[in-house]
Amino acid sequence: MTAQHGTTEPAVSLRGVRADLGSRPVLRGIDLTVARGEVVALLGANGSGKSTAIRTIIGQVPVSAGRIELFGTERERFRDWARVGYVPQRTTAAGGVPATVTEIVSSGRLSRTRFGVLRKADHAAVRGALELVGMADRAKESVNALSGGQHQRVLIARALAAEPELLIMDEPMAGVDLASQEVLAQTLREQVAAGATVLLVLHELGPLEPLIDRAVVLRDGCVLHDGPPPKAVGQHALPGHDHVHPHEPGPLRTGLLG
Amino acid sequence: MDFLDYAFMQRALLAAVLVGVTAPAIGIYLVQRRQALMGDGIGHVAMTGVGLGFLLNASPVWMATLVSVLGAVLMELIRWYGRTRGDIALAMLFYGGMAGGVMFINLAPGGSNANLTSYLFGSLSTVSPSDVTAICLLAGFVVLVTLGLRRQLFAVSQDEEFARVTGLPVRALNLLTAVTAAVTVTVAMRVVGLLLVSALMVVPVAAAQQLSRSFAATFAIAVAIGVSVTIGGTVTSYYQDVPPGATIVLLTIAAFLVLTALATPLARRRARAAAAARPVGEPAECAIPAAREAVGDVGV
Repeated sequence: MTAQHGTTEPAVSLRGVRADLGSRPVLRGIDLTVARGEVVALLGANGSGKSTAIRTIIGQVPVSAGRIELFGTERERFRDWARVGYVPQRTTAAGGVPATVTEIVSSGRLSRTRFGVLRKADHAAVRGALELVGMADRAKESVNALSGGQHQRVLIARALAAEPELLIMDEPMAGVDLASQEVLAQTLREQVAAGATVLLVLHELGPLEPLIDRAVVLRDGCVLHDGPPPKAVGQHALPGHDHVHPHEPGPLRTGLLG
Repeated sequence: MDFLDYAFMQRALLAAVLVGVTAPAIGIYLVQRRQALMGDGIGHVAMTGVGLGFLLNASPVWMATLVSVLGAVLMELIRWYGRTRGDIALAMLFYGGMAGGVMFINLAPGGSNANLTSYLFGSLSTVSPSDVTAICLLAGFVVLVTLGLRRQLFAVSQDEEFARVTGLPVRALNLLTAVTAAVTVTVAMRVVGLLLVSALMVVPVAAAQQLSRSFAATFAIAVAIGVSVTIGGTVTSYYQDVPPGATIVLLTIAAFLVLTALATPLARRRARAAAAARPVGEPAECAIPAAREAVGDVGV
């Protein structure tokens, strides 16, 4: 939190993490480190364990072995959740009862409140988060009336409402229309430029590719690749499908040129 | 208004109003987390408490509170640990609770299923002064929880996984929801009965949803509907000699039907207004199918 304390500790660190669903091992000892300010993509086929890995970090899936640290603190003892923004894998932000966009996004601010009482600054932060994803004009609408892409924007605004340093996102681009994809990519660019650390599960790199510093590829619950994002192959490698990689020449990473 | 002259009617109305407030107040969180039938399950379990009350010569209201709180905690534990066979375990809990109630009441000296009937379907006119004290205390607890912790309960009921990352004590809040629902069941037991209690938790919320776009408005409208139908049902049963519990539940369903009929043109007008407000040139996006699901298909 203070400048002299722990700024060199990685934002996320997994060491030999194993997890089982029932009797089936899903993670078989994975190592994963995300340094401060880094943007790491977790890739892999369906069932490779990428979502499970994310969900062990937030404590939703119990681990059977290994260590997980957030900002240098063991996950079980980590209490500073306002530093973490989480976007779960969802196709909808709606629950069983109607709720407005503001009501949903306000939940994300609870980590910064005492006893769940929202003050003036908290309401301002909620409005700010809605502006970041371009949903401020829909603030009072029911989420039931939104499109799939707009649901995702609401979920990301909810994660941003606490003004976190670390964003953990599980397939934020799944089921999102092109217009919303562009808004989301822009929002993420701004967050990264402001120094945010990002760990995101992706099915394919897609429009976020220029932002990614490092890719970790999982297969069958093991880390298969940890390094620069994999080169495009197949359709993506054809002429006319050029991707601009602003940070390819060197380790320079601003994310601003994407 | 001559019914207000009778002490038993004053007690009945007070109990009815408290149920009208508390049942939708906790019910809205159950509907939000798609556990609309949880109240029904707790009602089954509470029967064992009523039976035990007769058998041990203790207050059936307090025994039912104790047993249904234990049952609700057990249901929450089954939800955590019994991921795959959870529904079977819940079924055993519900029917075991019901069978236990019938067994205990028949073991009690002079007890028979007739004693149980007033708890199954409510018996508003026999609410005693000590019942009123218990109902007031329990209702106070429910209101305190459902209003005081509304932001926390909203977050946990909306998205448990996300709530965990805001640092909320998710398990404690889930347990608190279950316990509060159990307490509400016993509050409502004398008014509408254990078998009808779930209707007052769910139907006012479903009716309110027809008119509202926000959670806060749904909450307020559901409680308003709850209070209206409980007062209406109690007064009707005074003049017409009909059972109050059944009258209240039928009135609630009537309210749902009327509001649904009124809401359809309202929703159409809203959709037109929203379409008109959208700037020209913005691509029309495909809306996802209405996420609001029928209340009835929700598991516990």
